[in-house]
Amino acid sequence: MTPIIEAHRVTKSFGDVRALDGLDLVAESGHVTALLGPNGAGKTTFISAVATLLRPDGGEVRVAGVDVCAEPKLVRRVIGLAGQYASVEPAMTGTENLRMVARLFGLDRREARTASAEVLERLGLADAGDRLVRTYSGGMRRRLDLGASLVGRPQLLLLDEPTTGLDPRGRMDLWEAIRGLVADGTDVLLTTQYLEEADQLARHIVIVDHGRVIAAGTPDELKDRAGRNVIEVRPRAAGDLPACEEALAKIGCEAPYTDMDTQRVSARVEGGADQLRDIVRLLDERGVEVDDVGLRRPSLDEVFLAVTGKRLEPGDEETDGQSDPADAAESRELP
Amino acid sequence: MTTTTTTTAEATAEATVARVPGAGFVPAALQSAKRTILQFFRTPQLLLLGTIQGALFLFMFRYIFGGAINPGHGLEYVDFLVPGFLVTGILWLGMPAASGVSEDATTGVHDRLRSLPIPRSSPMFGRSIADTVLTLWGLFVAGVLAFIVGFRLNANVAEVLLALALLVAAAYCFTWVFISIGLVSKSAQAANGMSTLLVVPLAFISAAYVPANSLPGWLQPVADNQPFTIFSNAMRSLTLGGADKVGLGHSTAYWVFLSLVWCAGIFLVFSTIAVRRFSKRR
Repeated sequence: MTPIIEAHRVTKSFGDVRALDGLDLVAESGHVTALLGPNGAGKTTFISAVATLLRPDGGEVRVAGVDVCAEPKLVRRVIGLAGQYASVEPAMTGTENLRMVARLFGLDRREARTASAEVLERLGLADAGDRLVRTYSGGMRRRLDLGASLVGRPQLLLLDEPTTGLDPRGRMDLWEAIRGLVADGTDVLLTTQYLEEADQLARHIVIVDHGRVIAAGTPDELKDRAGRNVIEVRPRAAGDLPACEEALAKIGCEAPYTDMDTQRVSARVEGGADQLRDIVRLLDERGVEVDDVGLRRPSLDEVFLAVTGKRLEPGDEETDGQSDPADAAESRELP
Repeated sequence: MTTTTTTTAEATAEATVARVPGAGFVPAALQSAKRTILQFFRTPQLLLLGTIQGALFLFMFRYIFGGAINPGHGLEYVDFLVPGFLVTGILWLGMPAASGVSEDATTGVHDRLRSLPIPRSSPMFGRSIADTVLTLWGLFVAGVLAFIVGFRLNANVAEVLLALALLVAAAYCFTWVFISIGLVSKSAQAANGMSTLLVVPLAFISAAYVPANSLPGWLQPVADNQPFTIFSNAMRSLTLGGADKVGLGHSTAYWVFLSLVWCAGIFLVFSTIAVRRFSKRR
């Protein structure tokens, strides 16, 4: 079957900045592909190239086998785009917004009415459909914007950082909606700076940095690539963090990493179960009380660290006032 | 060889991927227009501010500057003023279009429209219709106020209809200038600044508010030959009993024809710029 997206050595420069530097990507139909990378990695530029908004300097992008440079009109009949801003009209109701976009997708009046009602229902906005969008919360606007991109039932949804700026609740609602769409046969390419998001939603993750792909695969494959399992300890008292670090240093195969925000110490280990037994003994000897101790697969953060040599940190402007979703996920993974 | 592969790939895609039909030019333009019009009429501040601003301007000229300006040829200043006032209303009332377009460009609205299966020129044509409707709304309010402050027509029905048609045509064509400004500006504020720089000289260095011969000699050629003087002259000729009655050289037909030429030129140049700019893949 033709992949839904094929990109081959795509390059694009803006002045001196090389936004895309020979990016290769193949996204198969039937699941979510996540483009993961820090700010300025070229994620939005790539989405824009797929969405026929910009023309790459070199290389080739095909959507469902169709070249986006040669046949942009054909490509636009296959895609739906939700950009980084919720571009719905505040002075119109949710229903009016969706009906307008549905008409632009080519639905007639009646089809547009039915499709809008369905989409509102699916996104949990049915009760708010008759309210002006200017009364919506940020999360509701993002969901409506997602709705606008899919109301014409395009085969491929392009979502550029769909959950940036949302609170954890809004983020989960949106994830749920995206999972539902994929189950119904829509293909999704999304960009994110959140490892947790890629891990939760995507079966195919493409890690990009400086406009090129540095690793790609399923979440499990990427974690295998990072290799070793990780032992992670959270002491009950913050004062015990150095003791945990000292104990882990004896067991781990490299220096432990202490995350002050989450009060956790982690280290990669050779093997797993034996070392877990040892760390429990060592902590016990030192009289350290722990809330959590566990063995886990490497997180995507560690994958990123392993392939790029640096930690992935979401852009500063988006992190204010909200906890890093990656932390929330890791605590759920613990035994 | 390459051609064969492409055709095969497309044939496969045809078989496996459903395509949405996409809207035609007219429905797409109308949907875009509807959005802009709702945006205006559902934002009471915009509605109210525009109206009050127009009223303030009219009262200022009529009652504050008016006493000091003698239009000559036995004309009342209010009768001289109103045709020029309505014509320059196209400028003042059109300014928000530039910042509105710029805002759509910077908040992802244009990206969505450009990713949809519609003719790429349709959203900007929709915008031009919507902004013309909004300008005409403001001109209607100003027109009613004009009669309240003492403006009286001296024209037959055909002349009045022609004057209205000319006003609509000029408003529509000049909307494209503001749309173009909005599309080339980096932000809504920049768009607003650029349109102010254009509007203030066009409105004031003209025969719209004062007779052109009251301007200093070096400014007169500029004022005489710019479109808003031509429009003003045409409107005065049509509404005040003919070109000779208002002391203009040439006939009424001359001013109307010249106005239409200006309209056509402005439309051709700026609609091309706007559509090109909007459709361009960066």
